[in-house]
Amino acid sequence: MESVGVLMPVPMSPYLEQELERRFNLLKLWTAPEKAEFLKAHSGAIRAVIGNAGNGADVGLIEALPELEIIASFSVGIDKVDLDKCREKGIRVTNTPDVLTDDVADLAIGLALAVLRRLCEADGYVRSGEWKNGDYNLTTKFTGKTVGIIGLGRIGQAVAKRAEAFSCPIAYYSRTEKPDLQYKYYPSVVELASNCDILVVVCPLTQETRHIINREVIDALGPMGILINIGRGPHVDESELVSALLEGRLGGAGLDVYENEPDVPEQLFQLENVVLLPHVGSDTVETDTAMADLVIGNLEAHFLNKPLLTPVV
Amino acid sequence: MAQDNDNHTESQLPQVLVLRQPGCWTMLESNYSHKFNFLKAWDSPLPQDQFLAGHAGSVQALLSSSIGPPITANILGMLPSLKVIVTTSAGLDHVDLPKCRERGVVVASAPKVHTHDVADLAVGLFLDVMRKISAGDRYVRDRLWASRGEFSLVSKIGGKRVGIVGLGNIGLEVAKKLEAFGCSILYNSRKEKPFVPYPFYSSICELAFNSDALIICCALTAETHHLINNKVLLALGRDGIIVNVGRGAIIDEKEMVQCLVKGEIGGAGLDVFENEPQVPKELFPLDNVVLSPHNGPCTPEYFMDLCELVAGNLAAFFSNRPLLSPALDK
Repeated sequence: MESVGVLMPVPMSPYLEQELERRFNLLKLWTAPEKAEFLKAHSGAIRAVIGNAGNGADVGLIEALPELEIIASFSVGIDKVDLDKCREKGIRVTNTPDVLTDDVADLAIGLALAVLRRLCEADGYVRSGEWKNGDYNLTTKFTGKTVGIIGLGRIGQAVAKRAEAFSCPIAYYSRTEKPDLQYKYYPSVVELASNCDILVVVCPLTQETRHIINREVIDALGPMGILINIGRGPHVDESELVSALLEGRLGGAGLDVYENEPDVPEQLFQLENVVLLPHVGSDTVETDTAMADLVIGNLEAHFLNKPLLTPVV
Repeated sequence: MAQDNDNHTESQLPQVLVLRQPGCWTMLESNYSHKFNFLKAWDSPLPQDQFLAGHAGSVQALLSSSIGPPITANILGMLPSLKVIVTTSAGLDHVDLPKCRERGVVVASAPKVHTHDVADLAVGLFLDVMRKISAGDRYVRDRLWASRGEFSLVSKIGGKRVGIVGLGNIGLEVAKKLEAFGCSILYNSRKEKPFVPYPFYSSICELAFNSDALIICCALTAETHHLINNKVLLALGRDGIIVNVGRGAIIDEKEMVQCLVKGEIGGAGLDVFENEPQVPKELFPLDNVVLSPHNGPCTPEYFMDLCELVAGNLAAFFSNRPLLSPALDK
């Protein structure tokens, strides 16, 4: 398989790169001075593309690579891959579900605790020496707060399980109700937002879920409510979120994703009721390895004509 | 005779001596001044000793807190009529308990009011250190994400072995909460607990050796002072982290700081320190340390519940009923 050309658009994981280089002809797009020329020069050889949360394959890229057979994404979300085009052209698409479920769910709860209990702000309060001048403010209890989950898939259910250990009542919105789960279902996101204290976004990004968190939802969540986004930046109307936070219409936010990463709206930097993370949902060594192994496993299966491990298309 | 509360004069209300304002004072005073006559020692121009000599001769009840002056044999000696001490803390390390026993002074504490808030903070600090949440937030606010690119990889929480030191109310809550994250729980306590499903380690060093993280949830006593010493920290090891929501003096702070600076342990989440609000400044540049200004119980819900319990204990005492939360003789 060493002659198989595999295109990697950006650095993602040193371990993944190393394992790909061992097996394939890895072509690193980010090292090319002229990307378009690089693609043209190698278009005959590229049979696979490695995607991630920020990079997939749109129509332009797919058309530029006539030998493309498979897109293996180093992520579970594949909103940047044109799935219809792939289906049309018979291109396979794989992702990395399950292996990152726990890490992302862990982070959702970590963000909720950090926002409610002001962990980052209080840490800064100590480091700056201000504690000598007086106690920090009261913060907000987490145990017992109602957690509303948008998208009750693998990660959503893992978030629910953790929140339940804090005696948090669980409510959710999903495309369809899940009757075998004992959680309260709301048929609309606005109703869910009106009835919870902490709203967690954890559904796939599609055309329907883009800006699912809009002004109406934010206002329903309200000045005591907290938004946690561990899904995709475009789930949230970011400019509405920023105004709501600046005006005090929303109680707080814990964000791991943004509409235009790595750009983060700087007006949020002055706020103490916001925690901002640089898209680290699945960034643990163990999960990085497991995700990379899944990408490699899918590619090997494809080129050996075996069934794919985690196909999406 | 009219039973209208508004007609009670101050002298008819039972007297409660308060040496220094506890954290919940504002809420306590505004909600319960119509029930108790609070004798506020800090409000007097007289130094404390003189105030007590002049005004506290017939006081039967004392309200104390862990931030107030310690209730020493000396202070007890100046309160000849004292029968009950109601403290706003779960911890009793600030009260001379043997002297109280000798004098027949009963003590009521607040053992469970803050259980969830302190346990939540322990879990929050653990998650923060493990997943570098505060460090990541600083990375974004310092505008390093755009310039330096991806933040660092950390280690997964699921499967980590968490050693809980002190399996009381708080320790048990921490255990239950962390199990939901896929952690396995082990513990050390004064005595093995017969009905808990977690493995017990009688040696704190062995607990540390077999743990990826230690969470300190025990009380400060003579036995637990500097329980976590250099030997225990080295047993915890280079990748091990320590979280303390108990009392600062349970850990040999100087040793811990050295271990962190030299990389002999992997990180720490600390809500308490040996000499608050002093915090060793060697910790400030470290990204694997999360610092908290003794915020364990600090939510409004906690303060409301606490005031209710304190007032409830005082009311029980003054109407000859059993205290709601008597501190058990240990």
